[in-house]
Amino acid sequence: METQAICLYLHVHQPYRLRHYTIFDAGIHQDYFSDTTPNALTNNRFIIDKVADKSYRPMNATLQHMLNTNPNFKFSLSISGTVLEQLQEWAPDVVESFKRLVSSGRVEIVAETYHHSLAFFYSKKEFEAQVKLHKELIQSLFGVTPTAFRNTELSYNNDIAYWADKAGYKAIITEGWDPVLGWRSPNYMYRPSYTENIKLLLKNYKLSDDIAFRFGNQSWPEWPLSADKYINWLGASMDNAQIFNLFMDYETFGEHQWESTGIFDFIKALPDKWQTSRDNRTFMTISEAADAYDAVDYVDTPQTITWADTERDLTAWLGNTMQHDAILALYSLEDKIINSNDSKLIADWRKLQTSDHFYYMCTKWFTDGDVHAYFSPYTSPYEAFTNFMNAWRDIQSRLELNGDY
Amino acid sequence: MLGWELPPHNSGGLGTACLHMCKALSSKGISIEFIVPYTAPHNNINFMKVTPALPVNVHDIQLGGMAYDSYLYTYKNRTTEEVSIFQQSERYIKAVENHAILGKFDIIHAHDWLTFRAALRAKEISGKPLIAHVHATEYDRSGGKSGNPFVHEIEYNGLMLADKVVAVSQLTKDVIIQQYDIPANKIEVMHNGAETDLYKDLDADNAYKYLSKMRSKGYRVVANVGRLTIQKGLYNLLLAAKEVLQRAPKTIFLLVGSGEQYIELLQLSADLGISKNVIFTDFQRGKNLRDAYAIADLFVMPSVSEPFGIAPLEAIGYGTPVLVSKQSGVSEVLQNCLKVDFWDVQEMANQIYNVVKHDSLRDELYKESFKEYLSLSWDNTASKLVGAYHQHASIAEAI
Repeated sequence: METQAICLYLHVHQPYRLRHYTIFDAGIHQDYFSDTTPNALTNNRFIIDKVADKSYRPMNATLQHMLNTNPNFKFSLSISGTVLEQLQEWAPDVVESFKRLVSSGRVEIVAETYHHSLAFFYSKKEFEAQVKLHKELIQSLFGVTPTAFRNTELSYNNDIAYWADKAGYKAIITEGWDPVLGWRSPNYMYRPSYTENIKLLLKNYKLSDDIAFRFGNQSWPEWPLSADKYINWLGASMDNAQIFNLFMDYETFGEHQWESTGIFDFIKALPDKWQTSRDNRTFMTISEAADAYDAVDYVDTPQTITWADTERDLTAWLGNTMQHDAILALYSLEDKIINSNDSKLIADWRKLQTSDHFYYMCTKWFTDGDVHAYFSPYTSPYEAFTNFMNAWRDIQSRLELNGDY
Repeated sequence: MLGWELPPHNSGGLGTACLHMCKALSSKGISIEFIVPYTAPHNNINFMKVTPALPVNVHDIQLGGMAYDSYLYTYKNRTTEEVSIFQQSERYIKAVENHAILGKFDIIHAHDWLTFRAALRAKEISGKPLIAHVHATEYDRSGGKSGNPFVHEIEYNGLMLADKVVAVSQLTKDVIIQQYDIPANKIEVMHNGAETDLYKDLDADNAYKYLSKMRSKGYRVVANVGRLTIQKGLYNLLLAAKEVLQRAPKTIFLLVGSGEQYIELLQLSADLGISKNVIFTDFQRGKNLRDAYAIADLFVMPSVSEPFGIAPLEAIGYGTPVLVSKQSGVSEVLQNCLKVDFWDVQEMANQIYNVVKHDSLRDELYKESFKEYLSLSWDNTASKLVGAYHQHASIAEAI
């Protein structure tokens, strides 16, 4: 029987949230990201402290325990530059615990843009600069060089795959979205159309979302979900499958699904249940899986897909005119910012590129008070836009541009 | 139903709210006789009976200008007399007494203090239950102070003796509890709705030619429609306007309304040096009112205390997004709008500035608010009222 692998991939990210920043600040204060209001959702240190306690510390301890007790357990991580910077400043012990995980040799770090940005769609030059920045940070902190790539929010199309192939990555990952796959299953290795070497791994969103979204939902018919039940699902009629790509936010563990749901116990029990359920069942990192399996088919993705929402497109970030207005204004400054050689200015401009800022401006779910509002520190998408544009205006004024926007 | 005004003979949102509410009630099978304190045709109303409250010997009562000002009585012997609003609310009692004796009805539903004494008299005579509907209190009208003690006492008596009190917002319910000591359990919040059917279509040609021309030259228009009175918070709007104009000089503030603060606000805009960007139009109705809503890029309602605030919904109905104070009832039901504390001049300027600078914000705000506006139906309000009618009518019968 061919080897079957679980490819567990966890994504770690926090943006630099803007403080309440008005036109009365623009042109005067440059402390956009420095809210010190206690317990404010725009206080970045408060958020890091909270998420570190609820998720990063207990989950890293859990993962370390799993590595120690099961020699076959492996997984992949992507950690954005913006979260690493904040952890280094406010929770250096968490960075150390990530280093210990990676030093096991069984944890892969995946490449991405340092600023968790949508730069690929606006400036190839800026995009490449951010991927390089991220690579350098990973090398210096963890002593490894990424060989697999993910773009922000698993946004993906033929162009991104083509770029990653030319850049020499072994693998790229995205959503296993049915309209793209057609009758095909995400549980096999693929190759993007128009590429030569790179492999494409597709998220099994049903199995991933059972953990990431539904695990603690008591009105879900499958609740409570045990590791036994979950492994049974992987067995049933999936004997020919190669890989189960379980891709999710790292913060699933402890932050989106609280400890009280039993999420830590669930993941802790998973490796042994998986390996004892049948012969030849193991874990692989993304790059390892790309080496182990040949592609069974090409996947053509002319349109851009992401792992977000029922639409699986970019409309959560770039779905309305405010979002387009804001992002175009930001990238319109690119040449002048880069040419300024002002490293603080460049860094601030890049922090504004983080996709979360545009996500907060999304109007799709606002009226319904949807769960998405949980992720926004603002009371409305309009306030998010206003705040962002005020900061943008200050960036503009630092360039001493006189142009009236 | 006892009310003080109905469109087109209204001075503000009260008449508009009553009209739309009655239309929704009548579609639920409630038959309404609406008693107003003046004589005038209401050809636009066919879903209920509108009755002028005429005391014996009075031929007709004309509104002397605005509803809140004076009334011209013409007696059957052709002599005339002008009376003040206070006198008129006294005389309204006498007229309503006749209806209470003669009329057949199950419920007395009275809107705001001007009708409360008449309503209590009708309750006394008929023994029918009274629902006191609060659209605004004296506390709100005086900008968060106790206001006229005479009016406060009429309100207190009406609310205390009513069988049920309906508040147009949670904000109003809180005021009624805190400022009038009315027990919370007899007050129910029923938000106003929006009535799209009653809006007239806009002409292609806007009445504000100057503003149309300036907009085509890149100017943006910020409007308010309301009485020029302390309750409406316009003083702060002008302070914010100063801040906006320093950064976005191509902005024009349009203030539609009249009131006792007119001279003060005019003087303030001169003192701030922004007179050429502030336009006072006086009280407007009909096309001039609709077009004022429509010409604006943003409608601002900065009220110090606004029990509900129907004007922002009208603005959205005519195509304009809104900024409202958090001290307004409408901010409890409308999500897709900008919200500020009435006292936070800087934040008000911050938000207005961003709307006049970014058409994308204006357009997105409008698009989403219009969707929401369509869902804010009077039907929900009417359903709750019908429930209250049945409840209190059956209690009355049991007694």
